[in-house]
Amino acid sequence: MLIRKLFCIAAVAVFGMSAVWAQETTAPTMPEMDHSQMDHSKMDHGPTSASTPQMDHDMGEMDHGSMQGGTAPPDARDPHAYSGGYTLPPERPLRMADEHNFASLLMDRLERVRSRDNSYTEYDLQAWFGRTYDRAVLKAEGEVDDGKLQDAHTQLLWGHAISAYWDTQLGVRHDSGQEPSRTWLAFGVQGLAPYWFEMDITGYIGESGRTALGLEAEYELLLTQKLILQPRIEANIYGKRDAERELGSGLSDLTAGVRLRYEIRREIAPYIGIERSGKFGGTADFARAEGKQTKETRVVAGLRFWF
Amino acid sequence: MKRIPKPLYGQLNRPRRRFIQGLAAGGVLLGVSPWLRPAWAQVTDTATGSAPVLSGTEFDLTIAETPVNFTGSPRLATTINGSIPAPTLRWREGDTVTLRVTNRLPVDSSIHWHGILLPYQMDGVPGISFKGIAPGETFTYRFKVQQTGTYWYHSHSGMQEQTGMYGAIVIVPARGEPIRADRDYIVQLSDWTDEDPMRVFAKLKMQSDYYNFNQPTAVDFFRDAASDGVSAAMAKRRMWQQMRMNPTDLADISGYTYTYLMNGITPAGNWTGLFRPGEKIRLRFINSGAMTFFDVRIPGLKMTVVQADGQNVDPVTVDEIRLGVAETYDVIVQPKDDAYTIFAQSMDRSGFARGTLAVRAGMTAAVPATDAPEPLTMGDMMGDMGGDMGGMDHSAHGGMAMDHSQHAMGGMAMGAVRVRHAKTEYGPSVDMRVDTPRTNLDDPGIGLRNNDRRVLTYADLHTIGGAHDKRSAGRDIELHLTGNMERYSWSFDGLEFGRSTPVHFRHGEQLRVILVNDTMMTHPMHMHGMWSELESPDGKFQVRKHVINVQPAQRVSFLVSADALGRWAWHCHLLLHMDAGMFREIVVT
Repeated sequence: MLIRKLFCIAAVAVFGMSAVWAQETTAPTMPEMDHSQMDHSKMDHGPTSASTPQMDHDMGEMDHGSMQGGTAPPDARDPHAYSGGYTLPPERPLRMADEHNFASLLMDRLERVRSRDNSYTEYDLQAWFGRTYDRAVLKAEGEVDDGKLQDAHTQLLWGHAISAYWDTQLGVRHDSGQEPSRTWLAFGVQGLAPYWFEMDITGYIGESGRTALGLEAEYELLLTQKLILQPRIEANIYGKRDAERELGSGLSDLTAGVRLRYEIRREIAPYIGIERSGKFGGTADFARAEGKQTKETRVVAGLRFWF
Repeated sequence: MKRIPKPLYGQLNRPRRRFIQGLAAGGVLLGVSPWLRPAWAQVTDTATGSAPVLSGTEFDLTIAETPVNFTGSPRLATTINGSIPAPTLRWREGDTVTLRVTNRLPVDSSIHWHGILLPYQMDGVPGISFKGIAPGETFTYRFKVQQTGTYWYHSHSGMQEQTGMYGAIVIVPARGEPIRADRDYIVQLSDWTDEDPMRVFAKLKMQSDYYNFNQPTAVDFFRDAASDGVSAAMAKRRMWQQMRMNPTDLADISGYTYTYLMNGITPAGNWTGLFRPGEKIRLRFINSGAMTFFDVRIPGLKMTVVQADGQNVDPVTVDEIRLGVAETYDVIVQPKDDAYTIFAQSMDRSGFARGTLAVRAGMTAAVPATDAPEPLTMGDMMGDMGGDMGGMDHSAHGGMAMDHSQHAMGGMAMGAVRVRHAKTEYGPSVDMRVDTPRTNLDDPGIGLRNNDRRVLTYADLHTIGGAHDKRSAGRDIELHLTGNMERYSWSFDGLEFGRSTPVHFRHGEQLRVILVNDTMMTHPMHMHGMWSELESPDGKFQVRKHVINVQPAQRVSFLVSADALGRWAWHCHLLLHMDAGMFREIVVT
């Protein structure tokens, strides 16, 4: 029952995400603005005497679409129009932070996981190096049990900003662990959806016609300035059965949970959490065949940190 | 609407209180461990408090690292002649001054004479005016002083301004000072962090709200829901949430890391200026903060503003002044009682600088609590939202005599102005655009709108003598102030410095610059080499400045006489915004 509910939530998240995505990338509508009709050379610079039509705004219900994203109207200003032909010399000594590289590593989850019949360690980190709009991104997620890496997904991606809040990511993923390894091409988007949902959706193409889709969404709810509740949902879908890795086709697994963290400093936050995870379809069949549970509740405790 | 959590100021544990209030001993460093000292150093601690005054026409300034301790943790500051603030330079109008600046740092340095008209090679911006001052080198600045008033100087290299390199400049008029005062004090405000400023920048790059501990929480939501109803509480948040904007994003860096200084002295150290009752005191306020807007008042005293950015203005009497970064205001006060607190709270209300005017050293007056931080409004995001925000008619106002306490959001009712966004504002570098900015100058800004104090606004300022150049503008240059808070990137027209091209002014032309703020932060915009003569909303000369604060969703216009040949910098004076790319080169040929 719970799993069905979670699945619904995931579906909603995905559809919501795609709607948002569409809105951000294809919303050129600039309500009430018709630049082609404006004669800019005659624009009145005494604002009070300018009798331009006023926007009819109803507070709270207004359309913010035109304030963010969209595409430039054909007569948008040329930002280099005032340069008089001057350019910055390519060998110029003055380089500001926009031309510096920065680097960061976020260990979003480093946790001890306890389910009814097992306990193990999980990690989930993301690191990047580069500038504001282009970065090398490393994502690594995996499970360590009995001192052995059980299952790990590691991705190396080129992150490229395509809008204010979204990056595309292109690269490779390598799955390792106890089962035979797999390598995939990865392409996805990561960013911040309206209402501050952090989203990460990546599609994969592997050898032998294998395909996969990974979805992740997080939200940060500030209970206080330092106590933060983080709901999180993650799902994996595979296009093809992969018996060696005990994966069926279709929705393979779905996990939803909440973590409550306390930020001792912004960079260091211990947390506790609970999540419900389920295996589905063929993947669930593999689990059942081994006598494992297909659905479980997990209690987690861990540390989130970054630098 | 939103209350600052009490513990921040009321119930601090001791280390935290010491951190905010600073050490009473100020910058004087006791028992610093030897490894902190640079190998070459003479073992002298940084002097703080009212800076030594150097006057004449020949000056020798030495840039070096010297130890300070503002919070209990010893640090190395970047100082000029070993003091914070740097020595006050007293020049005379008409003199030619020679300043030999020696760099004893291990890295390049520079000094920029802020607001001073001079040949561009003397302006001190590495990579634009000159190549900078290499370690061990001496650079000689020489120029004729052509103006009068209060100015300041600071490093234009890296983050050295943040780490202590700033001092005051007072230029005495050749024909006598028209402003009479019995005493004359410089009150230089600044912000200090024990962190490496580049590390601060890197943190903001990773989490742009890192220093904001005044964020809307679930607790606030339930409080609002309880008092105003759930739907009202939801409505209040909807737009911000949808747009991924934070209404409490008032300052990128807060008292979480900053200790705010007055003349290089912490609030606990309490800089004190002495007077005799009945005397007229001239206070020269200079905001030398790297990232902090200060709201200054002296409870119990009216301040008569007589000068702004070094230029004498028609006197206007107020209770409070917001100083944008790099602005200066000279005021006259006439204290009658024994002691008054000079209180300069940061715009985000996370801390304050404090000093005292007193008849005897050691006296103090009550220190007010910081105001509750006020979240940004719809108007700060959207600008002019049509006529239904209170139905004010600004054309009917007389300007000077306005009662600001009556205004919810001054000027919202004025005719909307359409703007022209640049092509490059539709990409990842820009997180919002304002289509109908507000143009009023009578808005004191967020946090000061309804505080029942008479707060100075640009509409109150009128430079004595009017415009320098009476010509009207031959052309307009429109540029937008842009940014992406989430990525912590700042720019003009969506182009950071590295992707920009210079702005070309034809030598001798008179032009109008239009700045539209497409962000939710106030940007103190500083054009080097030439004055910015701010226009009123109806296009009349208002005030001559070297820094113009452009409020969120505001459009300002100012005239520039392109009379200074050469290459100049033009940037937001918030240090990290400048470094992030809100910086342009101007070429005058």
